[in-house]
Order: sequence, then structure tokens, then C-alpha cells
Amino acid sequence: MDLAAAKVIGAGLAAIGVGMAATGVGNVFGSFLQGALRNPAAADGQQGRLFIGFAAAELLGLIAFAVAMIILYAV
Amino acid sequence: MAAESKIDPMHQFQIDALGGGVLDGTPFIFTNSALWMLIVFGAILLFMWGGMKRELIPGRWQAAAEMLTGFASGLAIGNIGPEGKKYVPWIFTVFTFILFSNFMGMMPFGVFEAAHPFTVTSQFSITGVLAIISFSIVLIVGFWKHGFKFFGLFVPHGTPLPLLPLIVPIEMISFLVRPFSLALRLFVAMIAGHILVDVFGYFIVNGINAGTPMGYFVATLSFVFIAGVNALELLVCAIQAYVFALLTSLYINDAVHLH
Repeated sequence: MDLAAAKVIGAGLAAIGVGMAATGVGNVFGSFLQGALRNPAAADGQQGRLFIGFAAAELLGLIAFAVAMIILYAV
Repeated sequence: MAAESKIDPMHQFQIDALGGGVLDGTPFIFTNSALWMLIVFGAILLFMWGGMKRELIPGRWQAAAEMLTGFASGLAIGNIGPEGKKYVPWIFTVFTFILFSNFMGMMPFGVFEAAHPFTVTSQFSITGVLAIISFSIVLIVGFWKHGFKFFGLFVPHGTPLPLLPLIVPIEMISFLVRPFSLALRLFVAMIAGHILVDVFGYFIVNGINAGTPMGYFVATLSFVFIAGVNALELLVCAIQAYVFALLTSLYINDAVHLH
């Protein structure tokens, strides 16, 4: 396999990670909503934690994206 | 058939020299990044000046400015506690700077070729410096307040003694990676959004240039998609600014209170 083809395949594989992060972010917000609907009074106080969880889950997807970009343009 | 324009989404992040530099014999070059930083600074200045009239009954503008400052101080005091008042200036600075530069990058000035906006926060050097300043505040405050007890940050409460050789390196790595993750999150989120919008913008242009029914179909679909993605991007701009300020205040809280 020549390098150009391998690069594109590698970048595509790295994009799987972005999809996994989408699952993670959806899980964060979905679980928050589940909890918030059971106890709406406590929901507002947990908004900071919601965004911390969101940031952590999102970061891994963004890292996967950065890896794809590095494979495509920098290697 | 019209010539197809090549899809080149990375072009918008290119830094161009606008003046100064080698010709003047100085190493300092005025780039488009610097220009847009000045524009962002001017916009923040304008917004705050207009809102700081100190009227007894605030008008709309003053209410907006007070909302912004109140949000930043609420973030700092809510996460750090009463001592957080000292750190409000920095939290407010990062939040407004990131928010305004993210929004400036989204502005549709690009319809005039020369005024194509440059997203300041799409460069790792900019977000990296912001993250390093935040991290420096954490280190300075931590060592200033606690001395060498600050290393207790690496030992969570109630850790069993046999686990210490495992926990301490893990905590240390997670501490050291903080500025990196802080900077990476912001700049990659900005780059990803702009690339997405740019690629679909090329789809519209190439679809119309192709002139076939399929081309028009793809162009229409891309246009609708872009409108949605732009709305999402505006949300992401605000969320990224919020997340940066939130994490900065949490890290400062760690330094102040040593969890």
C-alpha cells in the first residue's frame, strides 16, 4: 500500500473516535436530562458538573479529530 | 463546464503578514491574526464602555454589560467560594476574549474578499498562551498559599497507602496535562467547526458551477445544512468560552483549597 492511501485510511479510522465522542456527549446530556426530570429542583445546581462532563467527553473526540488532521496534513 | 474550485478548508487559518517585518528591519510582523485581535479588543472595549455609564436605572446596554460581568463573577465565586473575588478579573478576561474572538470569527464579513474574518482562537499559540497563564496562576497561587503542601494535591483524601505509587503518578499526569487539554479543546473545536462550514460552502459553489440537476440538489441540501451548522457553531462558540472559564475557575479552586 502506498503512503497516500494509508494516510487516508488512517485518517478515516481516526474519525471513528469522533463518533465515539458523540456517543459520550449524548450520554452525558441524556443522563443529565434523566436525572433532571426526576428531580427538577436540583437540576440547576448541577449545570457546572454537566459542562465539566461534557468538556471531558468532548475533548477525547477533539483529540481524535486532531489525530486525523495530523495524519492527513502533517505526516 | 465551469472550472471546479479545489476544496481547501485550511486556507482560512493561514497567517498573512500585513505590514512591518523584514522590510523595516524588525522581526515583529503585523499579521491578520494581530489585526483581528485588535478588532476583538476594540469590540470588547466598545461594549464595556457603552455599558459602564453607571446609571441608577440601567438601560439595555448597561444591563447586558452587567450580565456579562455578573456571569464571570458568579462563575468565580460559585466555584472558588468567597476568596474567588480576587480571581474574577482573569476569569472575566478569558471569558470575554474567547467569546468575542469566537463570535468575530463567525461573522459573515467574508462577503467582502478583503475583510475575511480570522478566528483568533483557531491558533494553538493563542489558546496555548491563555492556558499557560491560567496554569501559571494555579501554580503561583498554590505554592504561595500552601508552600510544599501544594504537592498534597496529588494525594486524594483517604487513599490507601499501598495504592500511593499508582495514584500519585496518575494524579500528576492529569495535573500536568491540564494546560494542554485546555488549549487543545478550544482551538480544535474552532478549527473543526470552520472546516465543516468551509467544506460545505465549497459544495454549494461546486454544485452550482456543475450546472446539473444533481449539482443544484447537492447545493440546496448543503445550504440548508450550513444554516443549521452555523447555528450550532454559535452555540459551540459560547460553550467553549464558558468551558474554558469554568475549568480555569475549577483549577484555581484546586489551588486555593487543595481538594
